[in-house]
Amino acid sequence: MTPISAVFLKEVRDNFRDRRTLLSALLMGPLFGPILFAFVINMSLKQTLGEAGEPLDVPVIGQEHAPNLMDYLKSHNINITDAPVDRAAALEAVKAGRHDLVLVVPGAFGEDLANTVPATIEVISDLANTQAERESRRTMRALRSYNQEIAALRLVARGVSPVVLRPLNIDVVDVSTPSGRSALLLGMLSYFFIFALLTGGMNLAIDATAGERERGSLEPLLCLPVTRDQLIFGKIFAACLFMALSLSLSLVSFYVTLEFIPLEKLGMTPNFGPVVVAKAFLLLVPFTLLGASLMTLVASFTKSFKEAQTWVSIVLLAPTLPILMASILMVRASTELMFIPSLSQHLLLVGLIKNEPTNMLHVIVSVSGTLLAGAVLAMICARLYRREGLLG
Amino acid sequence: MISVSGLHKSFGPVRAVNGVSFDAEDGRITGLLGPNGAGKSTTLRVLYTVLKPDSGSATIDGVDVVADSLEARSRIGTLPHSSGLYPHLTARENIAYYAALYGMPPEQSAARVDQVIAQLDIGDFAERRSKGFSQGQRTKVALARALVHEPQNIILDEPSNGLDVMATRSLRDLIRQLKAAGKCILFSSHVMQEVAHLCDEIVIIAEGRVAINDSPDGIRNQMGCDDLEDAFVKAITTLDTRT
Repeated sequence: MTPISAVFLKEVRDNFRDRRTLLSALLMGPLFGPILFAFVINMSLKQTLGEAGEPLDVPVIGQEHAPNLMDYLKSHNINITDAPVDRAAALEAVKAGRHDLVLVVPGAFGEDLANTVPATIEVISDLANTQAERESRRTMRALRSYNQEIAALRLVARGVSPVVLRPLNIDVVDVSTPSGRSALLLGMLSYFFIFALLTGGMNLAIDATAGERERGSLEPLLCLPVTRDQLIFGKIFAACLFMALSLSLSLVSFYVTLEFIPLEKLGMTPNFGPVVVAKAFLLLVPFTLLGASLMTLVASFTKSFKEAQTWVSIVLLAPTLPILMASILMVRASTELMFIPSLSQHLLLVGLIKNEPTNMLHVIVSVSGTLLAGAVLAMICARLYRREGLLG
Repeated sequence: MISVSGLHKSFGPVRAVNGVSFDAEDGRITGLLGPNGAGKSTTLRVLYTVLKPDSGSATIDGVDVVADSLEARSRIGTLPHSSGLYPHLTARENIAYYAALYGMPPEQSAARVDQVIAQLDIGDFAERRSKGFSQGQRTKVALARALVHEPQNIILDEPSNGLDVMATRSLRDLIRQLKAAGKCILFSSHVMQEVAHLCDEIVIIAEGRVAINDSPDGIRNQMGCDDLEDAFVKAITTLDTRT
């Protein structure tokens, strides 16, 4: 058995017995993403589907002044309910949050309408409250279409075609495919996967460096006839294994989660079958070397387990930066961008979910670029381990 | 056989070791004695190649610790000052890990691990995870792990630290056994009785220098004291006045 594999096997066995490592590698990383994702999707499903489906209760003051409007609203799935006694009470109730929205129909409403004077109708709402904002938007839409309907009737009464009010006919042609639309939403998946991957090896990376020093097991280890490069590479490879494990678990748990989310109701059919899961694993797994080396490097600088945890948590955020930049700048995949780790994985994964043909050159550049960056960082770790001050 | 000559090591402005020379022969127990901060640990750390000397040299069985540190390391068994075990591994696994890193093939390692477990009387807790071990149990396992590859030279940095009377006694017996087997044993201590009981050769170090290097009787004679402790104090103070 070579020293590297001896160190590797020991770290793997040791960490499989460590509750902290198991928790972060096999539970937290893989489950955090899917749970958050399912939560977000369910929220937006409720918003989108709930809008037209469920009847909306709207309290109206002065219902008797606008019986036709009330009928119109009812036909648009809006229930008219009893309102506070007067406008002042309504303002009070909306402020206190007892009502999201109150309509006030003034006594002059019918008269104004009959005299073709713009008839005032008040919508009292707290627009800072998202729920109220949504409800008032729906109410406003109904009011506006009532407005248009009356306007059209008035034109017809004067012998003018209502079409004169529509000089433009705006037609939006959406060429996005259902899987393309899901890519928007599933774009954030790549970060979840990278996050899960990194959390998987985090504890091991800390334990193998700062932890070993804190426990006092580093000094006897350095007395063995094994080079420090061999020690550090064995540890990095063990962290890679845990990261790969965590990654595959999170991919599978996502696959399972998607089976239970009715994404097609949002007009999306995610391309996330078993083949895509396998391909995504292959695209992301080169990132483990980079992640493990980066974490080991950061942890090697620290003096204690706790200090290492603080710094390594920052590393968890580092891969978001390129992904965030990419979403803000709306970049498209290009060969040069494939040299940037985490961004290249993100772009390739989005392409995969969109069901676009895979560009093999991109894949090769991404895989080799990321592996190269990982190897360079591993070398820097090894150099750091050769320092005398390592024992602190 | 361990041989140190003209060793210097500084940490910034602090001269931890300032020209230490001595030999530790095979089949003898050599004690490195000195007050706290005298440079004992630094000297030993250079010997087990964790530190590099600024100047001077040290050899293990004639192998230079700087030029061929891997070979030198394979010839020593070390119990450093901080000798932590892996809490999630059993005592046996802790020892077997070191056997693997010493390059022992698995079949040979299993037999040899059994042997050291018996030799150090670890059997009772060999299959338990080392998390809750007492200081005595920990030291035994750390020692077993240092001896698993049957090194000719054994370096122990304050091995009796934190041990109770019984554990100290069994440690002393073990060191004598190793001596009888013809090993070269070098250990550091600041406990006078321990060194007086055990050592064939004493190297007294103070302020990074060797104050005196002789057998216990020789030291008593040179210093003209019947008591080793008085001799120790005298040796250190003479050194002080010399500087």
